[in-house]
Amino acid sequence: MNDQLTRRVIGPFNRVEGDLEVTLEIAHGRVKHAYVNSPMYRGFEQILQGKHPMDALVYVPRICGICSVAQSAASAQALAQVMQIVRPENGRLSADLTLAAENIADHLSHFYLFFMPDFARDDYAKKRWFGEAQARFKAITGSATADVLPARARFMEVMGYLAGRWPHTLSLQPGGSARALEAAEKMRIGMLLAEFRAFLERHLFGDKLEAVTALESESALIQWYEARTHQADFPRFLSYAYDLGLHQVGRAYDRFMSYGAYEQGQQALFTSGVWDGAYKTLDIASIREDVSHSWLAGEAALHPAQGFTLPQPDKLDAYSWCKAPRLAGQVVEVGALARQMVDGHPLVRNLVAQHGGSVLARVVARLLEIALMVPQMESWLQAIQLGEPFCVQGKLQDGQGVGLVEAARGSLGHWLTVQDGTLLNYQIIAPTTWNFSPKDHQGVAGALERALLDLPVEESIDNAPVLVQHVVRSFDPCMVCTVH
Amino acid sequence: MLWLQSGGCGGCTLSLLNADSRHLFDTLTHMGIRLLWHPSLSEQSAQEARQLMEDCAEGKIALDILCLEGAVLRGPNNTGNFHRTARGDSMMSLIERLAQVARYTVAVGSCAAFGGVTAGSMNPADACGLQYDTDSLGGLLGQAYRAQSGLPAVNIAGCPTHPNWVLETLATLASGNLTAEALDVFQRPRLYTDHLVHHGCTRNEFYEFKASAHKSSDLGCLMENMGCKGTQAHADCNTRLWNGEGSCTRGGYACISCTEPGFEEPGHPFAETPKVAGIPVGLPTDMPKAWFVALASLSKSATPKRVKENAQADHQVIAPVVKRTLLK
Repeated sequence: MNDQLTRRVIGPFNRVEGDLEVTLEIAHGRVKHAYVNSPMYRGFEQILQGKHPMDALVYVPRICGICSVAQSAASAQALAQVMQIVRPENGRLSADLTLAAENIADHLSHFYLFFMPDFARDDYAKKRWFGEAQARFKAITGSATADVLPARARFMEVMGYLAGRWPHTLSLQPGGSARALEAAEKMRIGMLLAEFRAFLERHLFGDKLEAVTALESESALIQWYEARTHQADFPRFLSYAYDLGLHQVGRAYDRFMSYGAYEQGQQALFTSGVWDGAYKTLDIASIREDVSHSWLAGEAALHPAQGFTLPQPDKLDAYSWCKAPRLAGQVVEVGALARQMVDGHPLVRNLVAQHGGSVLARVVARLLEIALMVPQMESWLQAIQLGEPFCVQGKLQDGQGVGLVEAARGSLGHWLTVQDGTLLNYQIIAPTTWNFSPKDHQGVAGALERALLDLPVEESIDNAPVLVQHVVRSFDPCMVCTVH
Repeated sequence: MLWLQSGGCGGCTLSLLNADSRHLFDTLTHMGIRLLWHPSLSEQSAQEARQLMEDCAEGKIALDILCLEGAVLRGPNNTGNFHRTARGDSMMSLIERLAQVARYTVAVGSCAAFGGVTAGSMNPADACGLQYDTDSLGGLLGQAYRAQSGLPAVNIAGCPTHPNWVLETLATLASGNLTAEALDVFQRPRLYTDHLVHHGCTRNEFYEFKASAHKSSDLGCLMENMGCKGTQAHADCNTRLWNGEGSCTRGGYACISCTEPGFEEPGHPFAETPKVAGIPVGLPTDMPKAWFVALASLSKSATPKRVKENAQADHQVIAPVVKRTLLK
């Protein structure tokens, strides 16, 4: 190691879902190398081998308490492929409503509970907005917590109707939804959505959802928030973030991927693809998982349909339980920003064109998705035809299946093989596996590792610099999914 | 109260945030509970958090309640290295040190209580609960373990836990009223395990007539064919409900008895009821087999057409008859 480098291990990172450590090598006041470590291994892919295929629906949601529906949806989709069945319209709508509710709640939790409290840290005591940030966003005691917790819990009552409970439901089935709605329930969900919309428009946006989704450029965004800086929480965030220059930090490779979200007939609501300076179609066959720096056995990088997971705790040069997935050999970033870049929302495309995929752009994309998805949920609910079927049945057979969904944090894939009536193999690539991957065999850094490079950090630090915390949390990492 | 997470999914914390449209932290404050640190919710990160845990372990900060969410990961080879902390020690050893000084030690969720899903199959991470390894006493802390209060580990089992199971147990602890008698044989708080999931199930009329569901989304009773253990599982899921008006059986699927030790390895596919000679192996709690068989065959032959047909549909196809003569 270079003598001039100072090495600092930062962890446990909290206000992320699960466990995370970051090692920084610092020289001349800048980050020169970053190593992202997912320090916990449970072994779900090993647990699933040999199970009855339908039992995956019990196990996989329990990979993650915050994206459990996304895990169920991916598994149900992969099983449906093996069973060669297609969900009826009601089943699709109901499953999409359930996934959308989870994704929206996750975006909301991230913003209020995980991300905003950092602006109330004493590091910012001299900022003119500090008093407001502290009163509103301080972890646990801030007034925003008092507003958002009841509103979020109330919104999640839609899960009581759609999925029985959240997290860890079995309503999502390969053939659709096990939970057919009745007329009164459809109305009650509609009322819950209306109540939630009112909360968002009053507290989060200070404006109609449609006014937020209609913003088409950074200049329009700036004009919009400056007119309502102290009126709502999204404008408050924008004023702090621009003041701190968060629109200019935290760029990874600016190469984005989305599997496509909320499949609708032939076309997803948010289209699938890759953005690498321009839109490209997505080739799933080019995914490989590299384990050169993971505490896992294996040599060549394998496609997940052929992949396996076997701990090798003493492996040299390894520093994480996380694998390093690559698309056609390249690192891609996933998440709300990636989804909206690929789909082509003008505001997000413009923000990235101006400054790259920054901390600010990631947060904006998440809140934009909340504003896009609530009206979508309202119209999906209306499209449900009472009395029509919610679920079809199918027969299990041997074969391979793939489930590709967009969780709140980005692209989630399940690859499974059924042989002799049991699961021969089950491989999962979670969103944060992409974003927080360690280096690959060519030494290419993962997306977060890249985003941390060159950040100003003093050699003498013994705690996590707040700027590093902003960058890390801007990805909304889910570490329990990452390694599973 | 210090809250730690290890070999689990974080779902019990997320479930706790669903607590009945209430402000969770106000509720805790009113109980007299100060949250020292929670991995998902507190401000302090990294060194600040590590220092706080050290101060607790060394007794500089009095630790009244230690909550663990997620299983203890003992592997590989009993090193605990499947979950290492940033200090370089294992989470397993940190939990052990903190449990020695805590006044109360609480396992939140079936993973922390018994090992749970994390201990499924060949148990790759050698997961166990705080004081149980599945259904045997032991676990990380050992059979003889008692927290400073004299109580063993309190097991708020469930996958995930209902928010109110956690809040009510904490409130009982905080008021000094949680005695050994308030815990059942698996050290679970009886405030929710003295009930069965079956109590309050909306499919009760189908159960009475053994009008059974045959496939996913059918309205009928889930016990005979769909793997439902609601008549045996200890929890009040159908009387206190989840996310407003939900529960597993109301969500269209079987109770998989997630509050019971070993639920993760039932020995049969979760969604299929194991039977011998056509009779479910798992009979309702406290029900003699001969009576169950006799009543089942009688009630099947007495099933009204409405109940029989609705049982195998995903919505009510025949509504109950409205009597035109005032109800007597």
